[in-house]
Amino acid sequence: MWPEAFFQWAEATTLGEVIRNSSWAFAVIESCHLLALSVIGGAVLIVDLRLLGFGLRQQPIAEVARDARPWFIGSLIVMLVTGAGLFLSEPMKCYASTAFAVKMTCLALVLVFTFTVRRKVTMADDGRVRPAWLKLVALVSLALWFGVGASGRWIGFSA
Amino acid sequence: MTLLPFCEWLAGTSGSTALRESLLVYPLLETTHVLTLCVFLGTAVMLDLRLIGLTLVRVPMSEIERRLGPWMLGGFLVMATTGMLLFYAIPVRSYQSIFFRTKIVALVLAGLNAFVFHSTIDRRIAEWDRDPVPPRAARRAGARSLVLWAIIVVAGRMIAYNWFDCDKQPQPPIVNVLAGCVVRPR
Repeated sequence: MWPEAFFQWAEATTLGEVIRNSSWAFAVIESCHLLALSVIGGAVLIVDLRLLGFGLRQQPIAEVARDARPWFIGSLIVMLVTGAGLFLSEPMKCYASTAFAVKMTCLALVLVFTFTVRRKVTMADDGRVRPAWLKLVALVSLALWFGVGASGRWIGFSA
Repeated sequence: MTLLPFCEWLAGTSGSTALRESLLVYPLLETTHVLTLCVFLGTAVMLDLRLIGLTLVRVPMSEIERRLGPWMLGGFLVMATTGMLLFYAIPVRSYQSIFFRTKIVALVLAGLNAFVFHSTIDRRIAEWDRDPVPPRAARRAGARSLVLWAIIVVAGRMIAYNWFDCDKQPQPPIVNVLAGCVVRPR
C-alpha cells in the first residue's frame, strides 16, 4: 500500500536519527502531541456536540465553529508537526504497523471531510441544513477522529 | 507515613495481577484513559479559555458552565475510574514514580483551584457573566487550571518512562527521596 522507499528515506533522515538516539526527545515530542490533543479534542467536540444538539445549543452553529476554528487550526498544526517528529523516529516500525496505516487513512479522510463538508455545513445559515444532516456530519467527524486517536494509541502497543 | 505496604498488598491481589498481565484489558484501559482526555480536558480547556477571554467571548460564562459542565463531569468520571484501575494494575511502581507523584500533587492543586474559583469569583458570576474578558481573578483561575492540567498530562505520560525508577540505582539522592525509594546501603 505504501511506497517502502519513502519509509527508508525517512528512517535515514538526520532529524529522525537525532530523535531516535536521544533518551528524552521522543518523550518531550509525545507530551506536546498529547497537550495539543487536549486542545484539538475540545475544539472539535464543542462543534460536533453543537451539531448533535448538545453543549452550546443556544448559540448559532456558525458562531461556535468560528470561535473554535483558530484553536482547531493551531492545535492541528502542533499535532502534525509533533506527529511528523514521532514518525521520523521510527518510520520502519510505522511501515510494518497496521495501526499506523489505519490512523493515516482516518486522518486523511477526516481532514478532507472537515475542510469541505463539515466546514460548509457549519458555516451555513441556521436552518439551511436539515438537523438530520447536521447530526450525520457530526457523527462522521467524531467517528473518524476516534479512529485517528484510538489507532494512534495502538501504534505504541504493537511491538 | 508511607503507603508502600498498602501498595504492596494491592499488587498481590488477584485483580491487580489479572489486570497487569492482561493482553487486551490494560491497553484498552489506557486507550480509554487517553482518549477521554478529549472529552474531559477538551471541554475544560475551552471553559478555561473562555475564562481568560480567548474564545467564545459572546457566550455568557454561566451558559458555558451549564452546557459543558456535564460533559466535563462525565469525562472526569471516566478518567478517574480508568486512572484508578491503571494504578491498581501497577501500584508499587506507580507509587514510587516521581512522575506519578507530581501528577497527584498537580491534581490536588487543580482541584483546590477549581474549589476556590467556585467559592469566590464564580459566586458573583452575575456581575461579569457577559463580559468578553472576565475579571482578573477569573482569568487567573483559568490560567492556573491550564498550567496545572498541562503538568498533569505531561507527568502522566512520563510515568511510562523508567528513568527514575527505584530499581534503577544509583539515582541522585533527591530522586530517591522524592520517589520514596527504599535503598539499602551497600
